[in-house]
Amino acid sequence: MNWETVIGLEIHVQLATKTKIFSGASTSFGAEPNSQACAVDLAMPGTLPVLNKQAVHYAVMFGLAIDAEIEQESVFERKNYFYPDLPKGYQTTQLEKPVVGRGSVVIQLEDGTNKAIRIHHAHLEEDAGKSTHEGDLPHGVSGVDLNRAGTPLIEIVSEPDMRSAEEAVAFAKKLHSIVTSIGICDGEMSQGSMRFDVNVSVRPTGSSTLGTRTETKNLNSFKFMEEAIEREVERQIDLIEDGGTVIQETRLYNGDTKVAKSMRSKEEANDYRYFPCPDLLPVIVTDETIEELRRSLPELPDARVERFIHEYSLSAYDANILASDSTMSVFFESSTAHSDNPKLTANWMIGELTARLNNENLTFINSPVSAEQLAGLVARVADNSISNKMAKQVFDAIWQGEGSADEIIEIKGLKQVSDSGALEKIVNDVLEANPAMVEDFVNSDEGKRKKKLGGFMGQIMKASKGQANPQQVNQILLKKLNELL
Amino acid sequence: MHNLTIAELIKGLQKKEFSSVELTQHFLERIRQINDQFNAVITVTAVQALKAAALADEQLAQGKAHPMCGIPLLHKDIFCTSDVRTSCGSKMLDNFVPPYNATVVENFEQAGAVMLGKTNMDEFAMGSSNETSFYGPVKNPWATDSVPGGSSGGSAAAIAARLAPGATATDTGGSIRQPAALCGISGLKPTYGRVSRWGMIAFASSLDQAGPMARTAEDCAILLNCMASFDEKDSTSVEKDVPDYSASLRDSIKGLKIGIPKEYFSEGLHPGTKDAVRTALAQLESEGAELVDISLPNSSLSVPAYYVIAPAEASANLSRFDGVKYGYRCENPKDLQDLYCRTRSEGFGEEVQRRILIGTYCLSAGYYDAYYGKAQQVRQLIQQDFSEAFKSVDLIMGPTCPSPAFKFGAKGDDPVAMYLEDIYTIATNLAGLPGMSVPCGMVEGKPVGLQIIGNYFDESRILNAAHQFQQITDWHTQAPEGL
Repeated sequence: MNWETVIGLEIHVQLATKTKIFSGASTSFGAEPNSQACAVDLAMPGTLPVLNKQAVHYAVMFGLAIDAEIEQESVFERKNYFYPDLPKGYQTTQLEKPVVGRGSVVIQLEDGTNKAIRIHHAHLEEDAGKSTHEGDLPHGVSGVDLNRAGTPLIEIVSEPDMRSAEEAVAFAKKLHSIVTSIGICDGEMSQGSMRFDVNVSVRPTGSSTLGTRTETKNLNSFKFMEEAIEREVERQIDLIEDGGTVIQETRLYNGDTKVAKSMRSKEEANDYRYFPCPDLLPVIVTDETIEELRRSLPELPDARVERFIHEYSLSAYDANILASDSTMSVFFESSTAHSDNPKLTANWMIGELTARLNNENLTFINSPVSAEQLAGLVARVADNSISNKMAKQVFDAIWQGEGSADEIIEIKGLKQVSDSGALEKIVNDVLEANPAMVEDFVNSDEGKRKKKLGGFMGQIMKASKGQANPQQVNQILLKKLNELL
Repeated sequence: MHNLTIAELIKGLQKKEFSSVELTQHFLERIRQINDQFNAVITVTAVQALKAAALADEQLAQGKAHPMCGIPLLHKDIFCTSDVRTSCGSKMLDNFVPPYNATVVENFEQAGAVMLGKTNMDEFAMGSSNETSFYGPVKNPWATDSVPGGSSGGSAAAIAARLAPGATATDTGGSIRQPAALCGISGLKPTYGRVSRWGMIAFASSLDQAGPMARTAEDCAILLNCMASFDEKDSTSVEKDVPDYSASLRDSIKGLKIGIPKEYFSEGLHPGTKDAVRTALAQLESEGAELVDISLPNSSLSVPAYYVIAPAEASANLSRFDGVKYGYRCENPKDLQDLYCRTRSEGFGEEVQRRILIGTYCLSAGYYDAYYGKAQQVRQLIQQDFSEAFKSVDLIMGPTCPSPAFKFGAKGDDPVAMYLEDIYTIATNLAGLPGMSVPCGMVEGKPVGLQIIGNYFDESRILNAAHQFQQITDWHTQAPEGL
């Protein structure tokens, strides 16, 4: 039987506000445990939440970016459950009246066609803290870090519109691109700034009813998400084909061990007893605020791709890569402004720089090679001062922090020799020093001569310490050897 | 000195008839000597009080002090007080010392008022008799075999026993007005949002409101002037100017239209209470007020609606007391589930557990619409009853509670009988309206309270009527025997 996969996503996006959603404590990542949790975050008795307006504005901006309905009156509710990293014993979230209503996001499929993924809604809520059960803690002791407690989130809930892991990843990447482009999230997946829950079910191809779904929670990389979906689809199909049935459950996938396991079934699920939070008034977003935020909305990724194609004459492929990632596009535009060579800049960014950054787990934000430095390198490649091979050497040196391209070229004496007088002298020296090779060349038939050219080239480049302009050497060498025939 | 009102104490301090230190020493000594008879005060902050009094005396000497400067007060133990144990009447918080002040406490501290200590209360403000306190019941100074009312019974009894001239209190379903009535003092629950809830340990967030207790309406006005404020830290606090509540006390009540809801004089009302209230209304009428018969048709629904909404909110508000961060933690929990279960079973008293269970049930899947949803609809109907009534009257008056103080244990086995204690007070909390109780008579040697309900933010009019009533009566000046 043929099976169709049906996937829906819930995405938690940490909003890049300076302070928490209901308190004045900082949201910055990586501080000493519990050093960024104030009395409100600790749920001390008598403390009360005060809504961070910036968080609401960010949520509205997201809504505008996906062309969604903005609810002018949204309501916070309490979702009740006990857990040590949930200090109040309830999470303040939105249920019946979320701030962002229906919208949609267009993704590009591998065959180049577009597909719209519908967004059911997006709501504002607070993040929980973190429980730790290992590390420096003594055996049998668990730790709670409440630094993250109260960090503002939007939870984006999609319709089950995706049909493969690739579509789900394309959708997730598109959302990443949108939220980072409009500046409401730093997009740092490794720090948990975006986390994905995937709802997966399968059904016989052609069926119109949905199969029983499972939810795999808290995936924090595109790669893990893809793996988790693929494995889950396989598991469900195997299960059904072996005569079993899929049960509705929450699952966890460990990206490091590649093992997925059941966390709890539907029967064990909590009754969260939602009710409107009496400590907070309904959130009112006026038409004026919506219009103001609409005007202030930065360029969206789709518009930027179009602009890169037209303004910089980039191929659609290059433009898509550069413009979809907000930090990459900022880097690209700033570098191009210095070098005035978009094509070469794009090549270097998509090739060498991306590879190196990925290798060392860095991003375009903390790239050791700055946009300006890359521009310096691109300029020297463009005007033929250095060969591509030398350029890699210069790039390495810039990466190591040895200075600008020009400084490195100067210090290392890497400038390409294009002076024809100097090159002629080197060619003559090499020919004189290797009479046997010359004789062999002259005596060879036409077909083999071409191959033998390489031997001379190697000697010449060695004699010039690699600085000779290869094209020019080639011309001079051919001319000299032809004279001998 | 302990028989002087706050208004008189302010004059005395300004005229240097006595100093704040002397005043503070006097009340501290009185608490030391007779508090044991009533169990009204559970924490005495003598050292801090004397320090604050000395500071107040310096400010008074400079002549530019706030009216409340140097006046000794007690705070209900529901208000967080920096560095002073704040128990909320519960074993759960018996060891809890907050590092911050409630806004109400802060407002008084800024004005230079002197905190003498903290008063006893029903556990987490859940009770109408003060019998649910972890620290034992408070005794009514008028009859020590009887309850003082609750939950602010400690504050009410302390004022009746002249342990302090004024105190803070809170009212979720009648917790200021009912103990004020039972202890023969004056107490005002302001409009919801008038006084900040920051630092006030939550029972039912949409109903809780702090207010003053004192012997006279005039003193309540002085206290409210200091208590009321817009507070950015409380999202439900209302950004509205605070009037001078003392300014209109002396206005005439001639032509004042007083609505008398027939539902407040039906069965269940003690005949003595009924007579006392009727007499009080007649006295107001003789001062030129006009009595208008009105109806609040949905009154009978207020207790059932309240006992869904308040426990529902409480069930979530009290989840934070889990033994993880502060407060009581059971011994040697064997796992997380055990930590939660035993901490909460051992740390909370029976009534608190009962309300958490009721609230949890009302919010559960399948029951929400029938209980919580329905109760919210009833709440709207009750609000509409009042707005309809206030189209034709200025104030609404009736009894504060159905009968005078009952004996300890009298209603202990019957939660519903206890809940009916608040039958006349609960509706104003559901509607968010201000309400007050002032003493208006004695039945069997125990005080009776007259309830005065006003429109939103009309505390001035309530206080004006109450003050005028106290100009023609002397119930508020009477003291329990030997005090």
